Amino acid sequence: MPSTDILLQTLLSGILIGLIYALVAIGLTIIFGVMDVVNFSHGEFLMLGMYSSFWLFALFALDPLLTLPLTAMMLFVFGYLLYRLVIRRITDAPMLSQIFTTFGLMILLRGLAQYFWKPDFRSISHSSVEGQIAIGGIQIGLPQFVAGIGAIVVTIAVHQFITRTRTGAALEATASDRDAARLMGIDSQKMFAIAWGIGAACAGVAGVLLSTFFPIFPEVGANFILIAFVVVNLGGFGSVLGALWAGIIVGVVEVMGGLLLGPQYKLALVLALFLGVLMWRPQGLMGKA
Amino acid sequence: MTDLAPRPDALPAPPIVRRPGKQLLVVALIAIAAALVPLFVTSPSRMNLAILILMAAQLGVAWNILGGYAGQISLGHAAFFGIGAYSATLLFTNFDVSPWIGIPAGGLVAAAIGLVVGWSCFRLKGHYFAMATIAVAEIVQIAFNNWEYAGAAVGLSLPMVKRGWSTMIFNDKASYYYLALGLLVFSLLINFAIERSFLGYYFRAIKDEPDAARSLGVSLTLFKQLALFASSFLTALGGGLYAFKELYIDPPSVLSTGLSIKMALAAILGGVGTLFGPVIGAVILTAIEEGSRTLLGGSGRGTDLILYALIIIGVAIYYPRGILGWFTDRSTHRKARERAAQRDVVVEGAGDAAH
Repeated sequence: MPSTDILLQTLLSGILIGLIYALVAIGLTIIFGVMDVVNFSHGEFLMLGMYSSFWLFALFALDPLLTLPLTAMMLFVFGYLLYRLVIRRITDAPMLSQIFTTFGLMILLRGLAQYFWKPDFRSISHSSVEGQIAIGGIQIGLPQFVAGIGAIVVTIAVHQFITRTRTGAALEATASDRDAARLMGIDSQKMFAIAWGIGAACAGVAGVLLSTFFPIFPEVGANFILIAFVVVNLGGFGSVLGALWAGIIVGVVEVMGGLLLGPQYKLALVLALFLGVLMWRPQGLMGKA
Repeated sequence: MTDLAPRPDALPAPPIVRRPGKQLLVVALIAIAAALVPLFVTSPSRMNLAILILMAAQLGVAWNILGGYAGQISLGHAAFFGIGAYSATLLFTNFDVSPWIGIPAGGLVAAAIGLVVGWSCFRLKGHYFAMATIAVAEIVQIAFNNWEYAGAAVGLSLPMVKRGWSTMIFNDKASYYYLALGLLVFSLLINFAIERSFLGYYFRAIKDEPDAARSLGVSLTLFKQLALFASSFLTALGGGLYAFKELYIDPPSVLSTGLSIKMALAAILGGVGTLFGPVIGAVILTAIEEGSRTLLGGSGRGTDLILYALIIIGVAIYYPRGILGWFTDRSTHRKARERAAQRDVVVEGAGDAAH
């Protein structure tokens, strides 16, 4: 049995990575909640966020934390335009078309990243967040710590936006009843586009936060998409707060499982948790039955 | 009340009953034409391409039984493929079991695991089912990656012992070609038999009108299980044949999610829920894949991926019913127009007679 210090340290790093998972999943859950489409290319939005952070750092020596709002805006525009140009065409299409359109986008974005930025692993070194900090005797990487804090701040901001603003209310209305919302004068096409914009922006912010300590390469999204699905399911499709709690649970299960069973089984453990939840509580922990 | 009148461009539902004789004839013609290919193609690389096409077509046909006919979108069929490949290989190398028994045995193992998967996953609908199948396949892949007996991440090699039909290990490509062709024809015949039997009607009912089917007393789970049984069994046969053709298997080559997607893609590209759709889809898909790889690939710049992705997106958006579906739509369109034209003529004629 590992010592208490190690357990606590693992628990904390599980929570911190879980907050990032939550942020990635929130984008996915908003898109799903508002228009019932599962975005298989969501991991690639995160990859774009990472590359945006990397290039702004490498070319203009701008710190990732400084460029975070810029990347968020770029990804918002990207998601918005992606809806207007591509996704719009499959809003009412059969599920098979929806799955394979976003799946094709996933391959396309990876291919484009490989084409323009080469398949190399890249990383950001000497950014403003580096080194370790000690919290009550527990050592934790500063980049991970900052990323976790950043993720929770953005998650709360998104939650506030959805619950407190008119646009947020319109999004929620579209999510619960598209036709009724339309009768109330809400432009559902615009809401869908905004949902894609916010979803992409969340993934992009998560990418920037990750870029200070995670390698950057075209297939990096593959590491996150399955986990994001798990988090979305666990939290309940469409639930932002659910995704936050589920992200933390998944992060802790993953890191603790890695410690206790061996790192090769951590994903299997998360997936088993996912299947278990699908079987016994398909609406998720916080979803409505 | 013009809104209630059928729009001229409205499509009548495609006829469910097709001419069975014609379909069997097409299967026979394809088989005969394909059987002649090795007489004309001698280059090993071209033969290899032909084998790849046949194997991709067979997997598409197998996927289509569950995904196309019964409408349960599985994105985890690589698990069955891999289990088939591993079972046949382990039986051969460790117990000296002939592949003629080992490959069908692998099929049964995969189908049995399919029953467990189906029992737990079939209560899930739509996206949930698709995502659960991805998770199951990933878990299977992780298990094989860590299972020492099955070679773990290193994989398994088949010994180059006695060659010939008894061991299914050959020096020439043509023998593998005939095996792959035989398996494809076998799968098409099973699919054909299902389509023609009451099963075909039940599968379509649970795909299109699950609630109505249930209200008529159709056990959805039972028929989904039957579709999965046939589908996973045939997929695993493909896996077994793959192992004996390549003589080497490891988790990435036989258990990856990419492989699951390719099976589904062949069916979708050609036309889901049609007998020959997956065959057409597999021909086009493999040609594109290999063509773009030889023309554009090797540069490591992902050009082949980009092309592949654009085709997937284009088909998914513009031809959701696949190539065959598009043709059927067009011909039903044309027939509807012809019928409408005839009706107009008759009506005009009637008017003339009244004069």
